[in-house]
Amino acid sequence: MLFLFGSAAQAQGFADLGSTAQGFAVPDRNTVLSFPRDHGAHPRFRIEWWYLTATLTGSDGQPYGVQWTLFRSALRPQDGTGWQTPQLWMGHAAVTSATEHHIAERMARGGIGQAGVIAAPFTAWIDDWAMIGDIGTGMDSLSLTARGTEFRYDLKLHADTPLVLQGERGYSVKSADGQASHYYSQPAFDVTGTLYLPDRDVQVTGQGWLDREWSSQPLSANQSGWDWFSLSFDSGARMMGFRLRDSGAGYTSATWIAPDGTTQSLPDGALQLTPLTSQKVQGRTIPTRWRVALPARQLDIVVDALNAQSWMETSFPYWEGPVSISGSHTGRGYLEMTGYD
Amino acid sequence: MLLRVQDVTKKYPGTGVTRPVLDGVSLQLNAGETLALTGESGSGKSTLLHLAGALDSFDSGEILLDGKALSRLDDTGRAALRRGPVALVFQQFNLISSLTVAQNLSFHARLGERFDPDWIARLTERLGLSEFVARYPEQLSGGQQQRVAIGRALALRPRLLLADEPTGNLDEIASDRVLDLMLELVGAAGTALFLVTHSTEIAARLDRHLHLRAGRIA
Amino acid sequence: MKRAAFMALLSYWRRQPGQLVTLLLGLALATGLWSAVQAINDQARSSYALAAEQLGARSLATLTSATGAIPLKRYVTLRRAGWQVSPVLEGRVRLGNRWVTLMGVDFLSHPTASTMQEQQPELAPVDVLTPPGRLFAHPATVDALGPGKTPAPILRTDGLPIGIVLTDIATAERILGRAGQISRLLVLSDQPRDLPALSEIVPDLTLTAPQRETDISRLTDSFHMNLTAFGFLSFAVGLFIVHGTIGLAFEQRRGTIRTLRALGVPLAAISRLLLIELMGLALVSGALGLVMGYLVAASLLPDVSATLRGLYGAPVQGGLSLRPSWFVSGLGMAMVGALIAGGQGLGTLYRLPLLSAPGQQRWLGASLSQMPVMATAGAICIGLGGLGLWLFEGLLGGFALLAGLMLGAALLLPPMLAFVLGQIARRAKGVVGEWFWADLRSTLPGLSLALMALLLALATNIGVGTMVSSFRLTFTGWLDQRLAAELYVTAPKDDIAQDIEAWLIPRSDAVLPIRYGEGHILGQPVRVYGIADHPTYRNHWPLIDAQPDVWQRLGDGSGVLINEQLARRADLWPGARMTLTPELSAEVVGVYSDYGNPNGQAIVALPVLLAHFKGVANRQFGVRIPQARAADLADDLRQTFDLPASAVLDQSAIKARSLAVFEKTFVVTAALNVLTLGVASFAILTSLLTLWTLRLPQVAPIWALGMTRRKLAQLELLRSTALAALTAVLAVPLGLLLAWILLAVINVDAFGWRLPMYIFPWDWLLLTALASLAGAVAAALPAHRLRSTPPSDLLKVFSSES
Repeated sequence: MLFLFGSAAQAQGFADLGSTAQGFAVPDRNTVLSFPRDHGAHPRFRIEWWYLTATLTGSDGQPYGVQWTLFRSALRPQDGTGWQTPQLWMGHAAVTSATEHHIAERMARGGIGQAGVIAAPFTAWIDDWAMIGDIGTGMDSLSLTARGTEFRYDLKLHADTPLVLQGERGYSVKSADGQASHYYSQPAFDVTGTLYLPDRDVQVTGQGWLDREWSSQPLSANQSGWDWFSLSFDSGARMMGFRLRDSGAGYTSATWIAPDGTTQSLPDGALQLTPLTSQKVQGRTIPTRWRVALPARQLDIVVDALNAQSWMETSFPYWEGPVSISGSHTGRGYLEMTGYD
Repeated sequence: MLLRVQDVTKKYPGTGVTRPVLDGVSLQLNAGETLALTGESGSGKSTLLHLAGALDSFDSGEILLDGKALSRLDDTGRAALRRGPVALVFQQFNLISSLTVAQNLSFHARLGERFDPDWIARLTERLGLSEFVARYPEQLSGGQQQRVAIGRALALRPRLLLADEPTGNLDEIASDRVLDLMLELVGAAGTALFLVTHSTEIAARLDRHLHLRAGRIA
Repeated sequence: MKRAAFMALLSYWRRQPGQLVTLLLGLALATGLWSAVQAINDQARSSYALAAEQLGARSLATLTSATGAIPLKRYVTLRRAGWQVSPVLEGRVRLGNRWVTLMGVDFLSHPTASTMQEQQPELAPVDVLTPPGRLFAHPATVDALGPGKTPAPILRTDGLPIGIVLTDIATAERILGRAGQISRLLVLSDQPRDLPALSEIVPDLTLTAPQRETDISRLTDSFHMNLTAFGFLSFAVGLFIVHGTIGLAFEQRRGTIRTLRALGVPLAAISRLLLIELMGLALVSGALGLVMGYLVAASLLPDVSATLRGLYGAPVQGGLSLRPSWFVSGLGMAMVGALIAGGQGLGTLYRLPLLSAPGQQRWLGASLSQMPVMATAGAICIGLGGLGLWLFEGLLGGFALLAGLMLGAALLLPPMLAFVLGQIARRAKGVVGEWFWADLRSTLPGLSLALMALLLALATNIGVGTMVSSFRLTFTGWLDQRLAAELYVTAPKDDIAQDIEAWLIPRSDAVLPIRYGEGHILGQPVRVYGIADHPTYRNHWPLIDAQPDVWQRLGDGSGVLINEQLARRADLWPGARMTLTPELSAEVVGVYSDYGNPNGQAIVALPVLLAHFKGVANRQFGVRIPQARAADLADDLRQTFDLPASAVLDQSAIKARSLAVFEKTFVVTAALNVLTLGVASFAILTSLLTLWTLRLPQVAPIWALGMTRRKLAQLELLRSTALAALTAVLAVPLGLLLAWILLAVINVDAFGWRLPMYIFPWDWLLLTALASLAGAVAAALPAHRLRSTPPSDLLKVFSSES
């Protein structure tokens, strides 16, 4: 169902985010996020996601990455029951190692119970894939499962640090024109569990990072895609940074998260992203090695893909995979790149 | 007078050549008489025989056969003549391959409604064909086949027997035997014989001998 | 040198234009009929394949419920358990002028539906998935609906079968009024690992394995095999024609060939030249044949597609599109045919000694001495056919029997004719008769191939004709029984139907509801009808097997009636128990004939139906009323409820419509019948013409012995007529056997019903007369030629100077 999510993404922006709001709710700078309510779905907004990535290490000593994403896309700014609902859901799951990259995709309509999100007790699901919170813990303790033709994973996630509100108290600006989204994260999950791969089961431990974002028109008409980094340094600090590409210098944004969870938002231009090496991935040329510099934090690192072929060959394809960090800081993270056609 | 050929001319259409095949030929044959006609290839001797047998038409002159003027007969009349007073023997025997020897022997007589079983029985025996009557022509030798052809013709008790090179396809021994039998039976039946041959030896054994050269009696 | 030699060989055709025309026409006819049938089959098959692929149904297993509808929550349960299934909601709905099948699928998960949307780039997901939604249909379907309003905008898409309207399931449940229902679930091909078993999650649903063939192709196989058989028959008959002509051309050119060889042209080179000539002729006539094939196919296709749609519900597009493979195979058949037909001649030529004289070689067919061999071979063929029936199941066995029987009978024909003619000749009176019959017998070998062709054409004619006529008689009788009510009413909605029923009851003798649910037995869809207890059924229903208390048992709910198709397929006969749904099992108390319906069907008492099937529509009734008042009541009804004319049908209208479908079914068969018979007559003609040069040495001595040419010509005419008539007489039993196999073996396998066989002796008489006429017509030309042959030509036979 390429057309559902992908038609606009193909031309100018990711996930149908490019067009005007057309009766959908618009993110408001003054909105105060409230939990657990905002863990749930916001059907009056056009697009929303629950996006979890994890950098893991197997009992075999090898690095692994896991992705679990639930997208919501509304055809109209309303809810509904049965097949008649305008709410559509899509799930993406992936397991990546240095040599393997397994993916799966699910589609569903809201309103019939096949997919949805409940704020409390937190439950997000599509088919048999689920992200379920322990009762009364909000999103601090999660069970996560997904399964494809070749793989399956069952993970437990636990976080002690508070949620990180990106941008201005969760209001994240995406362009100089003012396009924005509501955006918060939990960047510091401890993860344990099992990956079931075609030829082996692997016990894993590691770090997880959850992003929650909803919007109706976060991309500007001239923006073509983004490069998004979630990095966890061995020092305990973390950084989320992205660049929205356009015909000019683009629009960058970054959030520095200290080991204690305190955050600093950095304005457009503070983050410097330089592609170092590009590779052919599924017929496209994609930068898989980056120089990332944040002079304000004396950060100057090289980010390298664990598996350059971490291509998400889904209805709307993109690159998403674990990365390693070297240079002024060391650590691991996730990189997502869209709009490289 | 059994056969009278008077000043007969015959041309074949389409040959383009002005010279006719037969050019004013005249001859006569009496009942019981034997006549040999010799000539080169293409001299017209077979054509003359065919005309005498009412098999083909001619351009001018007249042929009287058994008192009938052939030029006045239509197809049916000529066919009736061939079932009655005239019978033919061909070089290639021309037996009816789908019929047995016995059926072949009686065929012409029955067709002419002159069927006489006793006569056929005598002919069969005389021709030495008794043991072959149930066979089919293709199972016989050339000499045997020609004997059947002679039997078939004489079974009709014709007044005139026309024979076109009857021994032409036979070896010498068979040839002699067939000729002997033919002359003997013709004599016994009182049938006149008009025989076309290229052999002067054979011709010499008949009562009279005419030679045809370039469509004229020499 | 080669060029000169080639010219010398080719010059033959300039002198024999008639033979050239015969050769080209014969090969073109053979190729033409074959290509026509191929084009029709190709078109139909590609239509089915297209339909099956585009609906994504071909390679997928399905889940169905015994109750007919699957609740939405069962779908969600399966999805939540990880099973990748895709829902389909299907129903009949009236759009504009037509009833169509509305197929609602989930555009998000259906494997191929989204291609519909992608063909319309300006269409956004929101248009398809939210009200009013969009309908997709083949342009032909859209045109058939007429200009009326549809519940949603309808879009033309080539990629859909005719008669199907595709839409999103949300739109479908709105139009059909069946919210939350699913007709079946497609089990998608890509399933995640480690899934729980289906039987644990949805024990109430039945899994049907993917069908390698679609139902349609299974049903229409026999139809296409019939066509193919006809095509082959025509091709074979065409080869008979060509065989004679090519043989003759070789034979008559032996003099030329001898001269060429004497002049130093190697035999291999001559053979090559002849082969080139043969292939050249094949190409020319093959091309001609393709044109003929296209024309025949184009004129027959509309009827074929009407047949396939009407009888099997199989979608076939009316237009003919030709693939390159069709051209190649058509030309290939022409080449192969020419090689087969000319191979014998070429072989003979190759073995020919340099100086052999041209003789009266029997290069045509077998000689009389080979008759016992042919008889044995024929018997073996028939035996193998019988073995085939025993070895292979179903249709294949039936067709093996048919093929063996037909081939064997063809081989047996010359020996049988030889025997019969021998007997007649032995008894013949009169010298002419004796000769005539003996001569006839001796010409058999030369004519045997043409006569075989005639036999096959005649037997097929009788066989297929008997089948069609039997079918027609049975079908009309059955319609009379089955359509017992005077009026049939279809209401647009259930609530209107209730009003109509209430209105009708005081105005008629009886109102008989026609209600049904959809079930599955042996993985096949089965429609289960519920009927009221009424004498109409007792008195009229066409039962072919029943228990004595059948109607009482049906009425009290302990019995079920099933149609013949289902009875034969599932081997269920009166006395057997069958399960219609997990909760409903009953004893089969009767089996009824149900022609023209490819699917299984069952009848239970109405209360039983309503108790076990949910959502049973109540929109159709049969109305009993004295015939004289029926028309008035129908008018009244239409006016009162503002119903379209087609919503109230009287019995005779339905009968007329059914018979029209039936007649169309066999238009093609009849057309091919006539064509084949025509080709067979042509084969006799060419054989006679070919035999002409061999014939003169046979006839000339008879002429010399005092038979007129006129009489001989008459006998020639009589000869061909007698052979054709004798062949026709022998074709009658073969045709009847064929009809029996078609009715009792092929039909049962193909359609699921067996028809009683009716005998039509007048038809045979007519056909025998027709065959005799064909023989006479074929001999007319040679006879005329004989009659007007100048004596000088006849005398050449006796020429001593050869």
